[in-house]
This record gives sequence, structure tokens and C-alpha cells, in this order.
Amino acid sequence: MAKDAPAIRTERLNLYYGEFQALFDVDLAVKPGIITALIGPSGCGKTTLLRCVNRINERLGYVRTTGRIEVMGEDIYAPGVELAQVRKHIGMVFQRPNPLPLPIRDNILFGHRIHREGPRVRRAEEDRIVESALREVLLWDTVKDRLDRKATSLSLEEQQKLCIARLLPLKPKVLLMDEPCSALDPKATQTVEEMLWELRGAYTILIVTHNMAQARRASDECVFMLMGKLIEHGPTDDMFVTPRDSRTADYIEGRYG
Amino acid sequence: MGAAPEIHPRPAAADRRDLAWWVDKSVAILVFTGGISAIVFILGIFVFITKEGFGFIFGSLDIGGFFGSTKWRPTSTPPTYGILALLAGTASVTGLAMLIAVPFSLGAAIYIAEFAKGKTREVLKVLVEMLAAIPSVVWGFIGLMVMNPLIINAFDVPVGLCVLNSGVILGLMAAPIMTTIAEDALKAVPDTYREAAEAMGATRWQIVWKVVLPAAKTGLVAAVLLGVGRGFGETMAVLMASGHSVNLPTSVFDSVRALTATIAAELGETSVGSDHYRVLFTLGILLFVVTFAINLTADLIVRGIRKK
Repeated sequence: MAKDAPAIRTERLNLYYGEFQALFDVDLAVKPGIITALIGPSGCGKTTLLRCVNRINERLGYVRTTGRIEVMGEDIYAPGVELAQVRKHIGMVFQRPNPLPLPIRDNILFGHRIHREGPRVRRAEEDRIVESALREVLLWDTVKDRLDRKATSLSLEEQQKLCIARLLPLKPKVLLMDEPCSALDPKATQTVEEMLWELRGAYTILIVTHNMAQARRASDECVFMLMGKLIEHGPTDDMFVTPRDSRTADYIEGRYG
Repeated sequence: MGAAPEIHPRPAAADRRDLAWWVDKSVAILVFTGGISAIVFILGIFVFITKEGFGFIFGSLDIGGFFGSTKWRPTSTPPTYGILALLAGTASVTGLAMLIAVPFSLGAAIYIAEFAKGKTREVLKVLVEMLAAIPSVVWGFIGLMVMNPLIINAFDVPVGLCVLNSGVILGLMAAPIMTTIAEDALKAVPDTYREAAEAMGATRWQIVWKVVLPAAKTGLVAAVLLGVGRGFGETMAVLMASGHSVNLPTSVFDSVRALTATIAAELGETSVGSDHYRVLFTLGILLFVVTFAINLTADLIVRGIRKK
């Protein structure tokens, strides 16, 4: 694979919730190793698009998808594809932090354990995995003394960081984030954004956000969507200064949405 | 310009009592009476049982002999009242019933709550609820007429009315209610947990085993306890299927007699106020205390879930 081949590529992607069409012919190429923000008014399909990339949309029985999505060059809608394998390489962070009702340690090790092949690894090895994942999200120092406490006892900010940390032991290539800061206060949002910049480079991050300022601060490229269609995709700086499409300009300047 | 429209119409008299007020008051009284009467009845039953039972407990009870002896001979002279065999009968039948019912009902609950979809799930739920509605005498009938010959033929034993028979029957009886409650406990696990695990690539069984079951643990324990309570208090089916002979069971093919069945079978034949009559009430107190303790534990556990 060429070095700057897209990490995520969709081709004529259409999605229907029953009779309702939510995505129209979306063609998108997300570059690897950077943060790409999906912006647009409520109901424009940005979360739907995000949830196609790990096929978690299919939890709802009535979703129908046509077109193609490739992640790291692999067609994830190909007939023989195993969802568990697809999702192993594509981590997802949700709008509301959703740590499992298990100790912090077990939350971090959850993905590792369900995908482990071969015998159980030694405890020391597990400890190393936990520590490196928590360090990567800047959470290690706060929680290192209470790894056996329930993850649900953490603050929302810590929970959300934990939800990102638990994806890392699987060495995902892509991280999908669905408004990861919308349940957090401004201070917590700032620390999570700082953490995202730390992760940038090692992972391809696709983030849905409602918050214009956040998209501007915390992304390299922006994708603007409207009514299920992709309107504009370009470097964040360019889009916010000189949007090519008048609808993008209207949205960014707050004329609607 | 004419008279200014009245912006603030004069309020109605503050002490006016309209129809809604009267309806409200009468419904309140009606509901209060209903609620209170339930408590009064329960207290009444309790007082009635204890009045008769305590007569025996404080009169001719010999604690060691009562719990330690297997000789239940209320009609011999002199009569002996040892309930060890009855306790063993109830315990063995309930124990076997739980061995059968727990795996079946938990399996059914997991299937209905986590695996079955759409129509299958709806049909199964209705069927399970229908099973719970079968009268216990019908189950006893099945024990007597179906299971009995089946056991005699299959295991080549002289009598098929035994621990095995009544345990199976009781297990089948307790399973539906346990299934329903266990399924509720599984449904109460927030879907975000499943979604989180699924997004990490967990299979359906991994989600159930590693996420849903631990999260629903307390509810499942409550379901099992309610099943135990059901088994412990069941009378008719056990009376019909257990063989009803006072016996310390040594195998599942032994006939036994349960506490409940003893009361049902003997109370009509005793003279009111006699020791025999009163000792049956003492058995009643015992059953009352045990089932109350089981239900209370289950209830406390379920409350524990809600608080979280």
C-alpha cells in the first residue's frame, strides 16, 4: 500500500434506515495519521457515516447499505468478512462514555482478552499493557492506585479517556469518535483534545463534532455534510477561511444549523 | 373606547369543592382501604398460625427431638413428632428441582433476552408465561400418571413416586417464573454496554459471558432465590409425585414426604386443639419463616440493583 493511500475510503456509499435514505452517494477519502472532523447540522448523516466504518450500524436490523467502504485498503463489506476482525482494527468512542461495569484494569484488558490467540498471557505482561494504554491517554498517574475500582466510579472525563485507552492494546489503525466531548465540561474537553493531538500520527482519527470551534482547533481536515450528502472536504484552515461551497460558508458562519 | 377587557378575571372561591375534588377524596379512601386490608389479612394469618403453633412450641416441644428425630408418628401412642425426615424430604426435592431448573431457566432467559429475535422471542415469552400458569395439581397429575410409569420402566424400580419424580416436576414448575425474572434482569443491563463490547469486536457469546451476565448477576441470584422459595412452598404437586412416605432419602428413587404435603394431608384428620393439630401449625410457622427469609433476601438483592 502506498504511504499516503487513504486510511478510509468510501465509494458511492448509500445507506437506508428502512425506507428512509440517510446517506447519498458519499465518496470520501480520509488520509492516514491525521485527525479528520465530520461537521454538519443535526441529522446530516455524519454519525451514520461514522457508524458505517465499523459496521456497528448493523445492530439495528433494518439498515441497508450499498456501495463500498475500504479501511486500510480492505473492503469491509466484502462477503467473507468477519465483523469481529474488522472491529478489532477499528476502535470506536461513543458520545456518552460507556466503560464496562468492570474494574479499570479489566476494561483496558477487555479487547486484548477477547482477541487473544493462544494461552493466557502472564500477569506482568497484562500489567504492562494496562500501564502503556493508560499512559498514552495521560490517565496513568490519576488511576494507577485504583486499577481494581469499578470504571463506572470515575469522572466522565476519566471515563471517556478510559474508553479511548481500552482500544489501544488492540493496536487499531483507525479511531472513530462520535462527539467524544459532548458530555464533558470545557476543561475536560480541553484535556481530551490535547490527548487527541498526542495520539495523532499513530492513529487515523475520524471525529464527529457539533462544535465548530472544536473542529477548527482539533482537526487537520474537515468534511462538511448536509442532508446525507458530502458537500466539501479539505484542510481545516482552508475550509474555515475560504470555503469553496456557499452552503459550507453559511453553516460555518452560523446562518443555520 | 369601551370598558377595558378584564385582564385578571376574579378567581373562583378558594374553598370551592368541585366534582374532581370529591372523586379524588373517595378514590383515595378506596385505595387506602384496599392497601390496608392486605396488610391486615397477612397479619391476621400470621397471628392465627402463631397462636396455634406457639401452643405446641411452648407446651410439649422438645427441640432436640423435633429437629433431630426422623420419627414422625403423630398417631401412635405415645405420639412422636420428629421432622428431620420431612425437612430432608423438602430439601432433597427442592434441591433436585433447582439443579434442573437453574440451568434450564438461565439458558432460556439468555436465549430469549440476548439471542432470539422478533417473532421467535415473542412466541417464546408467551409460551414461558403460559407454562407459569399451569395449575400445580396438573403438574402433580403429570407426576402421578406420566412420570411414575416412565421412571418404573426406565430405571427398573418398584415405585416411581420419589425424589426424582417430584424434583423433576417441581423443577419444571419453578423454571418459568425463574426464566421470566432472569430475563428481566438481563434486559435491565444497559444496551450501551453491549454496544461498547460489540464495537471492540466481541462475539455475541463473549458479550453475554463477559459483560451481560456479570452486570446482571444480582438479578439472576434473585431469580434463583424466588425459584427456591416457590419450590419450598409448593404442596400439591409434591404431595402427588413424591410418594409421601416418611423417609430419610438415600437415593433419588426413595419416596419422601415434604413439610407442606404433611400439613395438607393431615390437618383435616386431626381434632382441633390437639397436639397433632398444633404441631402442624408449628410446621406452618417454619415454612412461613423460611419462605419469608428467602423472599426477603431476593427482594433486598433486587433493591440493591435498583440503587446502582
